[in-house]
Amino acid sequence: MSRRRSPVAETLRWAWGQLTSMRTALLLLFLLAVAAIPGSIIPQRNTEPIEVLDFKDRNPGWDRILEPLGFYDIYTSAVFSAVYLLLFASLIGCIIPRVGKYWAAVRKPPPRLPARVERLPVVQVGTLGGPSSFAGAHAQGPADRAEAWLRSKRYRIRRTDEGISAERGYLREAGNLVFHLSLVGVLAGLAWSNLWGFSGSAIVVEGRGFSNVITQYDDFNAGGMLDTDRLERFSVRIDQFHAEFETGEVQRGAARVFDADVTVTDADGERTTVMTVNEPLITAGGTQVNLQAHGYAPIFTVTDGNGDVAFSGPVVFLPQDGNFSSVGVIKVPDARPTRLAFEAWFLPTAVLNEQGPHSVFPDALNPEVYLNVWQGEPAVETGVPENVYVLNTDGMEQVLGDDGQVLSARMLPGAHMSLPDELGSVSFDGYQRWVRLQISETPGNLVTLIAISLGVLGLIFSLYVRPRRLFVRLDGDEAIVGGLDRTDTATGLDDEVAGLLAATTGNPVHNGEAQTPENEEPQA
Amino acid sequence: MSLSEWSYTLMVYAAVVYLIAFGAHAVEWAAARGQSAVRPEDGSEDSARTRVDLFGRLGLVFTVVAAAMHVTAVVFRGVAAERPPWGNMYEFITSTLAFAALLYLFVALKWGMRWLGLGMTLLFTVGVGLAVTQWYVAVAPLVPALHSVWFIIHIIAAAIAGAAFNVGGLASILYLLKDRAETRAAAGQETRGYLAKLPMAKKLDIFSYRLHAFAVPLWTFTIVAGAIWAQYAWGRFWNWDPKETWSFITWVVYVAYLHARATAGWRGRPVAIIAIIGLATFWFNFIGVNLLFSGLHSYAGI
Repeated sequence: MSRRRSPVAETLRWAWGQLTSMRTALLLLFLLAVAAIPGSIIPQRNTEPIEVLDFKDRNPGWDRILEPLGFYDIYTSAVFSAVYLLLFASLIGCIIPRVGKYWAAVRKPPPRLPARVERLPVVQVGTLGGPSSFAGAHAQGPADRAEAWLRSKRYRIRRTDEGISAERGYLREAGNLVFHLSLVGVLAGLAWSNLWGFSGSAIVVEGRGFSNVITQYDDFNAGGMLDTDRLERFSVRIDQFHAEFETGEVQRGAARVFDADVTVTDADGERTTVMTVNEPLITAGGTQVNLQAHGYAPIFTVTDGNGDVAFSGPVVFLPQDGNFSSVGVIKVPDARPTRLAFEAWFLPTAVLNEQGPHSVFPDALNPEVYLNVWQGEPAVETGVPENVYVLNTDGMEQVLGDDGQVLSARMLPGAHMSLPDELGSVSFDGYQRWVRLQISETPGNLVTLIAISLGVLGLIFSLYVRPRRLFVRLDGDEAIVGGLDRTDTATGLDDEVAGLLAATTGNPVHNGEAQTPENEEPQA
Repeated sequence: MSLSEWSYTLMVYAAVVYLIAFGAHAVEWAAARGQSAVRPEDGSEDSARTRVDLFGRLGLVFTVVAAAMHVTAVVFRGVAAERPPWGNMYEFITSTLAFAALLYLFVALKWGMRWLGLGMTLLFTVGVGLAVTQWYVAVAPLVPALHSVWFIIHIIAAAIAGAAFNVGGLASILYLLKDRAETRAAAGQETRGYLAKLPMAKKLDIFSYRLHAFAVPLWTFTIVAGAIWAQYAWGRFWNWDPKETWSFITWVVYVAYLHARATAGWRGRPVAIIAIIGLATFWFNFIGVNLLFSGLHSYAGI
């Protein structure tokens, strides 16, 4: 049997060679840029879940193609993941061998003196024995002076009897390698955060608190490796929330002040602090709590047909527009003899005109509530959780007014209204505000930050360090100095060659260049 | 007039003077038509050559005047608003172009790169012109989300990187023109007119590369600073909102530019084309994304 390699191994070797080629890396970079575009055009579930539903309704044809391809979660889809994973495979395959080569290159002295220095791109020839070569204080030979000059410019040196080879700019490749490896670090940090981190949110009414247990969350996205029974133990109470809005002509209604006084209890004990938009709360255990959104929670008291208080307290209403016209549902399942429910609008600055009731400003300058009433036979408690913002009207009917029309009431704060047919009464006692807290833990962030910082540093080194080789051949009375740039954008090679020649021969530079002021530079 | 009205008036005049400067540079290029690369010994072109130079100098003088008004307008805007003038699209575009104008004047006056004038003044005329006519909004305080030191760092880095991308991208466009002329010259067709006055294609390429080598790390830093701010503001440093996505796309294209340049066989034209694609993604990010998409970055419309 001959020792031919199997075709499979050959193919794999070929494929690996292709994947790790620079050309493939470039192609994959472009693919990555192109693959990122659809996510900015097609709504994404993680940021705009409601827009995704709208989009699907409006474009059923597109939806049939986009949904199976995962285009609503494009950045976690197979297509996008494949591109960046291939890119990273290519990067690692390209960089790891280069690390080894670089390590060897750093430990080796500069290259041998070329046989014919005069063939280098920049060459200057001079005669030894200039005036300063006999200066008493410098009883050095030309090679010594050349070496001293090169060392002052941080060249690495290989010296032989024939002359000197010198090279500088090793940090360019080091920077390049660090930059590429740092991208792997960024990915590792992201993976850590995604697997061991979480992000969730909870709506908390002013005066109430949030404890960091999973049942208190309204929504919760956990990484695969997170143990949700071992969340950090802390609680936050929202003591007071302030919001102020622009009242001037320009950007009327835009948020101006948005902060909350809170009391935090964690491993460090209890403390009060202020949370605002760019100043999240960081707990003792490193969990980050952000103030994300706010809204109104009107306070109602409902008395049932038997005269008992069946409900009392603030109800979270969800804002529907920039002026905080908010909708909510007050469910009173315990009212007897019939259970009650209310569908209501809360308008912080209410105006009633031909468009109907609506709010014209986000602050509560003239709060009003509009509501409809539903009643029904008492239902059996099933224990099945239901959406607190949506009224399930099965088994219920709308309460009608005296005129036989659907009863629709407009209430100001403090208003009290008796319901027809002795169903009970409802009062609108005022309002509180609520905030939505976003609670998140991203344990890999520090790794990502360090990696990307090193990456920027590496990128700068790889762009600004300019490797260069200089050679001096001493041949009798003659010194031949040659130089070679290893990047195509470097400048000043002529000057350096002239400077080195001047240092070697001891003659001042003839072409009007400075008299090697570089000697004053700090020693490497 | 109030300070913000002064700012607006100056900005409008700056756009007009940029237009005049652009006209002067256009005449400069037109006057050079047919002129050979080297001045003929017999002096037959001398008066035409003087005219080219005259209009070039005029263009530069008008640009200096326009840039002085432009920069003053940006400063007045900031003073009137009592904050850095980078809170909306109008302010951001006028600020970025002010940096670009200063960068251009620096290279034009220090290194004689007046040949950038035609393209730069066109950019300033269109950019400042659109800003004052289409995207102007009156001075207003910032929304709370912008109250952050990272806001200042993020945006000033973006504006300076943007200025370098613009000058570098223009150099790449000129490179393509000059490179074609040189290819033709090699085939025996003499280069005449303004193209003959441009630096050699190789020099344009290196100039463009230098600007990009300056801008890409700064752009990377811009994205990192933005991500740090996002971590404070939204509890997550990367949300793939359209602005972030397009700044990422811009970054990837420019990294591909550097990568292509480091790879043998991809020098010259392909690399210049990548730089121009990069500039297109940059502008799309700053104008297209604000106007077409909704996202976390569109705080107050335009």
